Amino acid sequence: MASSSRSVIPTLLETHEKMVLASWMESQIAAGSLRSGQIKENELKDQSQRFLREFVQALKSGEMDDPSGATWSAVRELLGDFSRSRALQGFTPSQTATFVFSLKEPLFTLLRDEIKNDAGKLAEEMWTATTLLDKLGLYTAEVYQQSRDDIIKHQSQELLELSTPVVQLWDKILALPLIGTLDSECTQTVMENLLNHIVQSGAEIAIIDITGVPTVDTLVAQHLIKTVSAARLMGADCIISGIRPQIAQTIVHLGLQLDVVSKATMADAFALALKRTGQAVSRAQIKPT
Amino acid sequence: MEQIPILKVGRCLLVSIQFDMHDKLAMALQDDLTHKLVESRARGVMIDISALDLVDSFIGRMLSNIAAIARVLDAQTVLVGMRPQVAITLVELGLTLPGIQTALDVDRGLALINKLMDEA
Repeated sequence: MASSSRSVIPTLLETHEKMVLASWMESQIAAGSLRSGQIKENELKDQSQRFLREFVQALKSGEMDDPSGATWSAVRELLGDFSRSRALQGFTPSQTATFVFSLKEPLFTLLRDEIKNDAGKLAEEMWTATTLLDKLGLYTAEVYQQSRDDIIKHQSQELLELSTPVVQLWDKILALPLIGTLDSECTQTVMENLLNHIVQSGAEIAIIDITGVPTVDTLVAQHLIKTVSAARLMGADCIISGIRPQIAQTIVHLGLQLDVVSKATMADAFALALKRTGQAVSRAQIKPT
Repeated sequence: MEQIPILKVGRCLLVSIQFDMHDKLAMALQDDLTHKLVESRARGVMIDISALDLVDSFIGRMLSNIAAIARVLDAQTVLVGMRPQVAITLVELGLTLPGIQTALDVDRGLALINKLMDEA
């Protein structure tokens, strides 16, 4: 497009920085960037100013067509930070993208005022500016999206850790009540959690309770087997408990080999675990008075 | 060249792997251990891998091999102190070491191996 050496945008922006900043702020506020009160006016002004400076710096380098190059890395980093913080503060995607897009108006006004005599030049500069700002705006939206994805991932991770507690039932006996569907990622967390607890507590037996697992298919069975094998490698035995009637039938129909002791209820599993570790719980003898 | 010490404790041999193993060292260990087993007429082998935080399929297979060799020489093998990460890696590699007894630490390993040797 426009030959970079002839572009007047960087010089114009530098000389009229104050004015551009003021009208940019105005159009941002008009577009409702502050309305929800998630960001303060001077914070926004500070961000706008920093962006404008980096923008001019990058423009001066001459690469005006493609903001994905190395000279634009400072601008991209700055924009990335802004979008990320906006994603965390709960801005909508359009509010986030408005930050960049609203720069168009003051920039175009400036260009129109400065080179109104040369229509060809004006069109050329406008085109350069608009493609550039569009690309940067899209980049902002992309980072915003990415940050939202990260937040969701983080939350599901937290949920995962909440849903897989490891409980110390007795000396040398741990219980691991599984709740919800077991997928690969979940199994990984469960396994790590269980193994770490085995090391910490020196447990010899872990009872994996699947009462809260709605369905057992080949995949879930495979995940269970993995967990059991890993625990065995650490020197701990596993007992699977909480096998409901339907699940017992499913396991047989699917021809799954669990290769591990399984019990119908947690109570049975606990009794077996006590026996294996050589412990016993007995009813207190109440002496007749 | 570095060498992994093999100590005789009571009726069994104690191997403590204190650094990350490379393949050559693993082969040397297998060889040394076999000789030592025959020489000392030990009835059990305890391998402590609590300091090991890197395993690959070769090391996993080597551990299986050692257990198999020991079985041929009528000795029991107990693997102790495996770290959680190592256990997960081995399971992901599909190496569940079916022929090897395991224990959480050396203390429990000794109790287990004594029990196994008494039974055998």
